[in-house]
Amino acid sequence: MSAIYVLWLRQLKRYYRSRSRVIGSIGQPLMFLLALGFGFGPMYQKAGGGNYLQFLAPGIMAMGILFSAVFSGMEIIWDRQFGFLKETLVAPVSRFEIILGRILGGATVALIQGVMVFVICTIVGFRVERVLLIPVALVFMFFIAVLCAAIGTAIASVLEDVQGFQLIMNFLIMPLFFFSNALFPLEGLPPALRLIIRLNPLSYGIDGLRGALTHGFLFGLGPDLLVLGLVTAALVALGSYLFSLIQI
Amino acid sequence: MQVIEVKGLTKNFGDFCAVDRISFSVAKGTIFGFLGPNGAGKTTTIKMLTTTLKPSAGTMSVDGHDPVLEQHAVRRTFGIVFQDPSLDEELTAFENMELHGVLYGVAAPKRRERIQRLLKFVELWDRQGDFVKNFSGGMKRRLEIARALLHEPRILFLDEPTLGLDPQTRNHIWSYIKNLRLEQDVTVFFTTHYMEEADRVADELVVIDHGKIVAAGSPQKLKDMAKAQSLEDAFIALTGHAIRDEEASATDRMRFTRKIWRRR
Repeated sequence: MSAIYVLWLRQLKRYYRSRSRVIGSIGQPLMFLLALGFGFGPMYQKAGGGNYLQFLAPGIMAMGILFSAVFSGMEIIWDRQFGFLKETLVAPVSRFEIILGRILGGATVALIQGVMVFVICTIVGFRVERVLLIPVALVFMFFIAVLCAAIGTAIASVLEDVQGFQLIMNFLIMPLFFFSNALFPLEGLPPALRLIIRLNPLSYGIDGLRGALTHGFLFGLGPDLLVLGLVTAALVALGSYLFSLIQI
Repeated sequence: MQVIEVKGLTKNFGDFCAVDRISFSVAKGTIFGFLGPNGAGKTTTIKMLTTTLKPSAGTMSVDGHDPVLEQHAVRRTFGIVFQDPSLDEELTAFENMELHGVLYGVAAPKRRERIQRLLKFVELWDRQGDFVKNFSGGMKRRLEIARALLHEPRILFLDEPTLGLDPQTRNHIWSYIKNLRLEQDVTVFFTTHYMEEADRVADELVVIDHGKIVAAGSPQKLKDMAKAQSLEDAFIALTGHAIRDEEASATDRMRFTRKIWRRR
């Protein structure tokens, strides 16, 4: 237990000590929010969708969490290259505790990041419609964070060095974001795209977030939580399995 | 009493045999040197003894436990200073120690007391609150030694602990290690490329080459065996003149990249 805590604390310390990382990871979601939110806003309004910012903001929060959590998970690659990983692997602590500490640490960092994006969204004009459901939104944020940190961890356990990072970014993380319901509603989409979005676990997180904060749930609160919870558990299991195979 | 016993230890990587049926033992309380040219199998052997690599064949016993079957029991008995750095540079010296103490389950009051004592022992107590990234190579090594001793291990593994350090720092580090044995009764298992260091500090030596043990005994015995003046001459007589090439690993390449990026 204390091993999980101390590794979690380490991630948090590393995070708040690196200002550039805090600001840098806010930059990307902010850009999406401003450019897409205000750029497509009038068009969305004309097409009868209502206020686009209200629709987009939860998607951007999820995006902030996604990138930050995957990145945190992938810190294992750096730890492996720069030696610290060895220190944890020869300690009398099970691999599962190590990986759990890391995933929870990365997820907490991502959650803070998500809340920061949430505040920024509110500043630029996003209005929460159901204030009482904010705790539900936080639960979804945390699930998304754990899910994505587990993805990052699983990838980092397999990759030898950072050269493969770009590949993962372009062929896994970007598609995970773009082929979700983050940027556009599902109505009227080609069936194939709709199917892909429905198969993407992140869509359920975003739906939950959006459901809690503004539009109501499209898939339903129960299914959202169920799918997200199951996929998260599966990915944590996969991440710890792959991590346990690491030999140094 | 033998604290480490190795019989017929073998490690194959595909067709390549890195360690080939070696057997040796280390007596309790001694300083034991494990010598050999690059790629001889030293680090591979240490990895197997310290539970991070599974052997292909053979048996090992570390303080009475089997590194393959009783990983946690073995891990509690040793401290290790790796060949490559293994500190978290974004944390302070104290935080690195604290983290290690918690991982090894050292209770809080004792942990604080040991951290203070060990940081004083390696003369870093004044710098306990500084980030490790601001430390010199020698300071990092001293911190790693202090950290490795925090949980009162019975065996200390040192994989080339003085690599890349200036003669002053090297001297310093060896004097800590010698003191250590007097004060704390730990067995020291080290590797090095500096033969005069091995000659000065080791009680017993084993020379390994191409995965096989080619000689074993006290420094004096090895010199007599090879009819050489110095241990360095004896070492070359035992292992030959050929220069060993090692391929740069992914880690080396990445370190290089990081150096470029970190240049300010």
